[in-house]
Amino acid sequence: MKRHTLWILLAGTAVLAGGVARAAETPADFLARYQNEARQSAPGFSASAERGEKFFTTTHGGEWSCSTCHTKNPAARGKHANTGKAIEPMAPAANPERLASTRSVEKWFGRNCKDVLGRVCTPAEKADVVAWLMNSPR
Amino acid sequence: MTATFPTRALRALALVVAAGAAGLALADDDENKRMNINHPEYRSECGSCHIAFPPALLGTGSWRAMMAGLDKHFGSDASLDAETSAVITKFLVANAARRDTSGSDGRPQLRISDTPWFRKEHRDGHDGITPGIFRSEAVKSAANCAACHRNAAEGDYSERDIRIPRNGARS
Ligand code: HEC
Ligand code: HEC
Ligand code: HEC
Repeated sequence: MKRHTLWILLAGTAVLAGGVARAAETPADFLARYQNEARQSAPGFSASAERGEKFFTTTHGGEWSCSTCHTKNPAARGKHANTGKAIEPMAPAANPERLASTRSVEKWFGRNCKDVLGRVCTPAEKADVVAWLMNSPR
Repeated sequence: MTATFPTRALRALALVVAAGAAGLALADDDENKRMNINHPEYRSECGSCHIAFPPALLGTGSWRAMMAGLDKHFGSDASLDAETSAVITKFLVANAARRDTSGSDGRPQLRISDTPWFRKEHRDGHDGITPGIFRSEAVKSAANCAACHRNAAEGDYSERDIRIPRNGARS
């Protein structure tokens, strides 16, 4: 009887833990995903934090760079260029909510790339940016 | 006799003024300027680039028009997936102003800060609003409600929480 209960408890815990592990996404998941996507067209591709930083901090023909709102320091608080609203840091080391959900990451890459570049970002560009953000200390 | 009359009159007057002021203060306190923004998806999706504005400050036509053009939202791409967009539209419409907020051209106004109500409530000289304050460095835009309404992010526009920044207008 007692053992039985224990087994049920253990099994339940394992199922729960498994569910949580599958639901949570890590920055490394995004790096791997974008890198794999980029390799479909460029097999030798490897993400570069250095390229990511350059991409993030320079303009691309428009008025804004990514840094206009997010600053050049991923560990710092940013400020929306139009509204002045504070934007929490981008580096996962400084803000555990970053690079943790596909829904959020894809939504914001989609919007912000259109605002800054007038087009979607390529998987290679996203991989580089993620690599740079992951590299940033807190 | 002649000396007491004005004194009494003054005292009576003072009483009336005090009562009036108290009445006003009470009325203001009673006026609960907390506006409904209590919807988790609305707050997170429409409160990321600016504070979540109170649905009660625009009519249904304005909200529907805004939600139909999120990909070109005041110069920004604010697009949402269809499902989230439908959920938020429902909340906005259910809590919208009863009055119509169309402009003189008959088209729905998209800015709260362009509506006649807003312009009247925030006219120059009214309760410390100075010319140019909305374009000043400290405020930047009339849409930056929280620059003056310190609890705007919580939907609270009570008068006691208004602090107008020093006018830093440079123009
Ligand atoms: C006009 C201002 C603005 C610009 C320019 C901008 N962003 Fe953003 N970005 C935001 C805001 C606002 C958020 C959401 C803030 C929040 O979640 O707290 C955001 C969120 C993000 C996120 C979400 C992270 C996550 O884990 O959810 C990513 C990734 C991102 N931005 C990348 C970029 C990139 C890449 C560029 C340049 C191509 C860029 N941004 C330019 C305003 C901007
Ligand atoms: C990607 C950023 C972004 C997102 C997300 C966003 N907005 Fe905006 N919104 C803006 C910008 C930029 C302005 C113009 C601000 C200014 O002029 O100061 C604005 C202005 C507004 C205004 C007019 C304010 C005024 O009275 O002047 C309203 C109303 C509004 N947004 C509602 C919404 C709603 C509803 C949502 C959610 C569906 C939303 N916004 C999501 C960027 C965004
Ligand atoms: C420059 C400062 C400033 C900004 C920015 C500002 N307001 Fe106000 N607001 C005031 C002042 C001052 C009053 C007048 C208070 C009174 O009625 O005595 C006021 C009044 C109000 C009231 C009515 C309060 C009452 O007691 O009836 C509401 C609601 C309101 N504002 C909403 C907004 C919204 C929404 C925004 C952003 C779209 C905004 N305000 C931006 C300063 C500001």
